[in-house]
Amino acid sequence: MVEVNEKIAIEHGLKSDEYKKICDLLKRTPNITELGIFSAMWNEHCSYKSSRRHLKKLHTKGEQVIQGPGENAGVVDIEDNDAIVFKIESHNHPSFIEPYQGAATGVGGIMRDVFTMGARPIANLNSIHFGSPDHEKTRNLLRGVVKGIGGYGNCIGVPTIAGQTCFDESYNGNILVNAMTLGLVNKNKIFYSKAAGINKPVIYVGSKTGRDGIHGASMASAIFDDKIEEKKPTVQVGDPFTEKLLLEACLELMAGKSIISIQDMGAAGLTSSSIEMASKGDLGIEIDLTKVPCREENMTPYEIMLSESQERMLIVLEEGKENDAKKIFDKWNLDFAVIGKTTSSKNIELFFNNEKVAEIPIDFLAENAPMYDRKWIKAKLPKENKFSKDQFKPLKLSDCLNKVLIDPNIADKEWIWDQYDHTVMGDTIQKPGGNAGVVRVHGTNKAVAASVDSSATYCHAHPLTGGKQVVCESWRNIISVGAKPIAITNCLNFGNPEKEKNMGEFVECVEGIAEASKYLNYPVVSGNVSFYNETKDKGIKPTPSIGGIGLLSNYKKMMTMELKNEGNYLFVIGKTEGHLDQSIFARNILSEFNGPPPEVNLFNEKQNGMSVLNLKNRNLIETCHDVSLGGILTAISKMGIKSGKGVKLFPLEGLVNKFEYFFGEDQGRYIIEIKPENLENVENMLKKDSIHFDKLGLVEGDKITYENDIKLSIDDIKEGYKKWLKEYMVN
Amino acid sequence: MKSSVIIFPGSNCDRDMDVALKKFGFENEMVWHNDAEIPKSDLIVLPGGFSYGDYLRCGSIAGKSKIIKSVIDFANSGGLVLGICNGFQILTETGLLPGILQQNKYLNFICKNVFVKIKNKDNKYFKKIKKEILELHIAHNEGNYFCSKDELKSIEDNGQIAVTYCDHKGNDDEKNNPNGALKNIAGIFNKDKNILGMMPHPERMIDPFLSGEDGSLFFENLIESL
Repeated sequence: MVEVNEKIAIEHGLKSDEYKKICDLLKRTPNITELGIFSAMWNEHCSYKSSRRHLKKLHTKGEQVIQGPGENAGVVDIEDNDAIVFKIESHNHPSFIEPYQGAATGVGGIMRDVFTMGARPIANLNSIHFGSPDHEKTRNLLRGVVKGIGGYGNCIGVPTIAGQTCFDESYNGNILVNAMTLGLVNKNKIFYSKAAGINKPVIYVGSKTGRDGIHGASMASAIFDDKIEEKKPTVQVGDPFTEKLLLEACLELMAGKSIISIQDMGAAGLTSSSIEMASKGDLGIEIDLTKVPCREENMTPYEIMLSESQERMLIVLEEGKENDAKKIFDKWNLDFAVIGKTTSSKNIELFFNNEKVAEIPIDFLAENAPMYDRKWIKAKLPKENKFSKDQFKPLKLSDCLNKVLIDPNIADKEWIWDQYDHTVMGDTIQKPGGNAGVVRVHGTNKAVAASVDSSATYCHAHPLTGGKQVVCESWRNIISVGAKPIAITNCLNFGNPEKEKNMGEFVECVEGIAEASKYLNYPVVSGNVSFYNETKDKGIKPTPSIGGIGLLSNYKKMMTMELKNEGNYLFVIGKTEGHLDQSIFARNILSEFNGPPPEVNLFNEKQNGMSVLNLKNRNLIETCHDVSLGGILTAISKMGIKSGKGVKLFPLEGLVNKFEYFFGEDQGRYIIEIKPENLENVENMLKKDSIHFDKLGLVEGDKITYENDIKLSIDDIKEGYKKWLKEYMVN
Repeated sequence: MKSSVIIFPGSNCDRDMDVALKKFGFENEMVWHNDAEIPKSDLIVLPGGFSYGDYLRCGSIAGKSKIIKSVIDFANSGGLVLGICNGFQILTETGLLPGILQQNKYLNFICKNVFVKIKNKDNKYFKKIKKEILELHIAHNEGNYFCSKDELKSIEDNGQIAVTYCDHKGNDDEKNNPNGALKNIAGIFNKDKNILGMMPHPERMIDPFLSGEDGSLFFENLIESL
């Protein structure tokens, strides 16, 4: 056996003072298996040691919240005993090293988190970020990630209903793959990970354990260097077929009453799942590693405990129910083994070939895990740019629009979502490419809307504002389909927390998220943190991804963004000041990369959103689309492209310059379509509620027109918008 | 009318098919692949999905599973057998339908609405459908139909081509071929036209809130013709 010393501890990703703390706690030197367990539990990915104290600031409570952060996933009430279980999680590091398997197992992992709680997954979403399109790796990484996400989700038969794809050079060395799953459960039949009772059998089910993924969680807690390709063996290999069987078998077992607690083996495999169950139940756990089904020969206790082989679950059963449970797993051809029991010792005790190979008090691994108060610096709000008339003079609105529509961050992403099965399960009523994805709650009149958003550019310019903004954008997307926003899940992707600037970005984004979600009553119920997205000293832009969900009590009243009828009016709800700093227009057309992000006014955000829902509930609006990246003109173009209908824009009345008006990225805005007969009614209601609105134009013909400045046929702008990514991928 | 949907490990359109069949009046039962017998049925459906993970050739293991013998006996006695997507792949693997389904020409999974042209209405599957062109939905990675020259001649001569990919006007040329299928073939019959395999999913198009409603025409005709 390997002799443990400080050097080996450091090779396991532990700091030397952390190693010293382990020896002090144990009052002895740990053996190699124990060291492996400590390193797995104390790394950033599992212990949240840099983030924990700040995550406490998040707003996590609400009337509809059944389960907030701390479980496998969050749970919210959607009435009639139905509940939605949902969470987003990162799989960034493995996806950069091995894009197909990294992304695939990211999808598999998040689905397990959801069905572990007794829910049948009903929708998948994802947020993926890549380096500059010009970077040599981007194309292959994108191809691999999309195939991986599709390969896993399509096979399981869960529709991928929405997503987001961004390109920015800050991801050249660290791509982001954030996967989100929603599941449906009866709110009285939710399963938790907290074990209870002594001498209860501990069951291992699912795939066999192999040597893949050993130290995956530690790898995800480190920065990358030149030798990153050598880490390929730490990436897990996905088997969606087995996961499908595991899903069906678990749901079948859950229909009975034999499960006390259940936990999937995700990051740090058997180690974290067994310790978490015992820790939550304030119990001990005893495992005989000889009984763990292995697919490779001569696996050591160390390897068995640290393997991150996929598609495995740990279950604490009621005594005497083993045979009934085994029958179900036999039917589905899955491994089933009683590998241990719960104990009163409050220790984790491991045996191998009748010999005790490890014994650690559970609280050393959980409560006593390190927690850091890392130093951080507050970001200053950058100075606003004053754009002069001369800068706009040589520009033409129509040229600018054509250029913005083929910006990689705006252009159509059909190439991606055509590869995801978005219609299986027969309940998808809004597909990818709209404001949000929408799936019906099977067999009811209800539907759930979901979207995923991030705004790294804004967060980079000013983290506090960016954090607020991304929550607001999610809220708007949910409202735009006519759903009432319920709650969010967040995936916090950041650089190296040991650097004060990065830590500051994290702290302030979290504070921004907390403030906005509290104000909007849009609580955070689950999430994860991914630090160390850094390669050779270059970190990513701060990228919190927000996955939001909302409820439509009658799916037939869902709104879409397609323009409906000739002669209908278009309004912009919310005030347009023409904020160009950090906009696509500023970066892409004016080559201006500095300045503050658009201001977030939570009061207006809430008022505007509620007024849209109010109008929709009175059947006064036909179409809705939120205004985000690329401003009003981009939003109008997308609405036109989706429907094949044109828009005649009215002459501007205010003092705002036309470029600023049409491309500014001010927050809290929606474009709505109104029938002429409802016009007066809508105007009166908006005035009564003191909601700012502009009359933007009319649905008319097959062109977008504005005075003498714009006359673009929808077919022409559609071509460029649809073509960019497809051409990029074949080149 | 009674129908049975066979569930293989890895099937994932079984519930969707069950919902669709019941919506249009079938009394449907779900049958597990390891069962030896199929309940008395007027129609047997092999649903879409990834049977046994499709890690070998798609449908090949399902084509050798325990239940398949009963399916073959039922088909050979003239019973109606419908295979959608993975079900179509399984039917070619069992030899009940000629040809094979290869990986899509552009090597990507494709999920989208397509138009198909009905090539033969002299059968129970399409008899009373008034339209000539249907808008259906595909979601597959291996839908690129292929068969030998002799087989092609024989299926053409026998009117075994059921549906071909086309545009909304019915042009079933290469431009409107999503996956590289020979002659744009989206679905075929056996000689007696009691077995139909097709890649598009009518069960996903049975409601105006879904991708479309032409799937309803398919099921309405099916229950009427039986």
